[in-house]
Amino acid sequence: MNESMKQFVDEVLEQHSRDCTQVIAIMQDIQAKYRYLPAETLRYVAKEIGVSTADIFGVATFYENFSLEPKGKFVIKCCDGTACHVRKSDAIAEELYKLTGTSPDKTTSDDLLFTVERVSCLGACGLAPVCTVNDSVHAAMTPEKVKELIDTLRKENAEE
Amino acid sequence: MKIMSREQLSAVRESCKKALELQKKQVIICGGSGCVAGGSKLVYARMKELMEEKGLKVDVVLQHESHDESVGLKHSGCHGFCEMGPLMRIEPAGILYIKVKPEHCEQIIEKTILNDEVVDELIFHDEGKDFPRQEDIPFYKQQSRVVLEHCGNINAESVEEYIAIGGYSALEKALFEMEPQQIIDEVSESGLRGRGGAGFPAGKKWAQVGAHKEAPVKYIVCNGDEGDPGAFMDRAIMEGDPHRMIEGMIIAGIACGAEEGYIYVRAEYPLAVQRLKKAIEDDEKYGILGDDIFGSGKNFHLHINKGAGAFVCGEGSAMQASIEGKRGMPRTKPPRTVDKGLFDAPTALNNVETLANVPPIINKGAEWFKSIGSEGNSGTKVFALTGNIRHTGLVEVPMGTHLKDVVFGIGGGCSHGEFKAVQIGGPSGACLTKDHLELPLDFDATKKAGAIIGSGGLVVMGDDTCMVELARFFMHFIKNESCGKCTACRDGVPRILAILERIVSGDGKPEDLETLEELSEMVRICSLCGLGKTATNPVVSTLKNFRDEYEAHIIDKRCPAKQCNGMKHYSIVPELCRGCGRCKNNCPHGAITGTIKNPHVIDPEKCKRCGLCASLCAFKAIKEEF
Repeated sequence: MNESMKQFVDEVLEQHSRDCTQVIAIMQDIQAKYRYLPAETLRYVAKEIGVSTADIFGVATFYENFSLEPKGKFVIKCCDGTACHVRKSDAIAEELYKLTGTSPDKTTSDDLLFTVERVSCLGACGLAPVCTVNDSVHAAMTPEKVKELIDTLRKENAEE
Repeated sequence: MKIMSREQLSAVRESCKKALELQKKQVIICGGSGCVAGGSKLVYARMKELMEEKGLKVDVVLQHESHDESVGLKHSGCHGFCEMGPLMRIEPAGILYIKVKPEHCEQIIEKTILNDEVVDELIFHDEGKDFPRQEDIPFYKQQSRVVLEHCGNINAESVEEYIAIGGYSALEKALFEMEPQQIIDEVSESGLRGRGGAGFPAGKKWAQVGAHKEAPVKYIVCNGDEGDPGAFMDRAIMEGDPHRMIEGMIIAGIACGAEEGYIYVRAEYPLAVQRLKKAIEDDEKYGILGDDIFGSGKNFHLHINKGAGAFVCGEGSAMQASIEGKRGMPRTKPPRTVDKGLFDAPTALNNVETLANVPPIINKGAEWFKSIGSEGNSGTKVFALTGNIRHTGLVEVPMGTHLKDVVFGIGGGCSHGEFKAVQIGGPSGACLTKDHLELPLDFDATKKAGAIIGSGGLVVMGDDTCMVELARFFMHFIKNESCGKCTACRDGVPRILAILERIVSGDGKPEDLETLEELSEMVRICSLCGLGKTATNPVVSTLKNFRDEYEAHIIDKRCPAKQCNGMKHYSIVPELCRGCGRCKNNCPHGAITGTIKNPHVIDPEKCKRCGLCASLCAFKAIKEEF
């Protein structure tokens, strides 16, 4: 673990008073910064808050939101809740996989630009089918709108 | 400033009320997740910019010491009419504008704000009629809003506004006029039952926690882990009226003798987390949360825990494990949560909607609450009406309202095709069919029909939804979300899923139906937690109500809804085929034969219906049929 990473994790630990019941919140803060949970940070956190490495990895692997692998810059969640499913969200997911070079088994693109995940319900059922890009909601999606969205994101990235 | 006495609270309320009255017009723009996605923040910004340009005094936050008339501009929570968003409501006229874009703002200010005229092209039209006022729109007119009464009408981020309209008066009453036992008695008497799904009497639960007089610590936990796909009423309450729910929690705390509370919110609801955080901060500032609330000597502290994406955490004991920082897995009961819950202390775990019902019960009394709804099922229930339906959104109706009135009356029936079924209560629920249209929607009647109200999701399906595919979909969901602790759910569900997958891909066997029934029963009996016990409900209920669809898939190899790709039949139209051989060369199953420049043929015995040939053919010569 490099120095800046250690410094950041220490700050996070302080904010949560090194409290072992706060481990989920601690990991959420780490993931918010690095977009995944680097294994070395988990080992460090475990030592600092007094739980075993097995315990902390147990928690990290239990919850779907945590990732031990680096995620893409744009995390696209494609909803597959009942309402979206009934309004044909499969076609949206397929278009997303196709355009970003991902698949159900390989959710992050090689250039680390996109991660495409299917999630159970985003709670925006009135606007089905929906997907979110880094938490901003895109409503009433169609395969055509997926193409526009991916084009916009690629352009956004190129301009940075 | 901290409110230290009842008198001070009255003074603050008066001052907030006066400030609100000075807002001669109010522009309320929906800031729910749905409308934000539709661009409501841009509309808000444009309205602010234009109104200031025109020299209007704009109030974005309620000012205590204000003496000038102004126009209030605010973001509310979800109005519930998500499909028509972004929505804008103009008070006091009660006008509702739908699908508002920034370019409409100029016209709205000129006509409605300055001259009290209605902008015709932005109002809701249906079947040749105009509905300028929100309350007249059939979608709203047939609802009776108790829990959602403020959602969409008040600034969701302003504690001052909540106080101005009478908020925290139930808390005041509970603190200064009632004993804890009286609060419990009132809630018990009202017949309030848990809105999270099981319908357990809330008063009884509080009494059990309250009975642990010797316990040094007790907890109130609010279950905001709304994981059932197709339900979003809790999100709407947390985003649209966060103080209402917090007020309910503090009252629960006083009743049970608990001084600590946790709100567990799904990570998928970032806006709800943000609004709740702001609400808690504001409440702490005013002394509504913290030590010595309003100088009463009672304390209550509130914390937010963000979930990390696990459906099973909606189950009480799993949620507690998650708050404690562990893997969110249920445990065996007893001991029950009310005796040994969070951190092994007595815990009252209530759902968001249940808690939001508490303040009006305290204010208006148990008799009032009992006058709404049906026998043994007091109050209202919020349903999330989605799927193949003309008007999607949140619908609050008295308990016992007939399914027909919700789906056809408020929802306006299917948006396309013919009505087939409603999935009620999410993955743990069941499907209701045409035969159930007269069914009163309350805890007892739905249970009798083999379904549950659950969290209140109603996903409407038309004749283009395949019920076998739907069962497969739910089992796939449960397989992903099973925590893996008990064998029945962890290993039983994948077996069921494998059979369903085989059936939808065209390889079903006649004996599958019996195996499905047997496995479903096994999972129900042997699972540890409520989620496992109800996991196979979608299979059982579709098998019961739509057995003919299963048989069509298995025996006739036909999907009546024309949805299952595995039921497609592929053939080559000889007139269109140029005999290029592309399909033959690429067919993974060697099912296509033919010679170059002559029409090719597909062997239906060898064809696995993958559809590759159809996607490759440049001449559109391959016909797909169900």
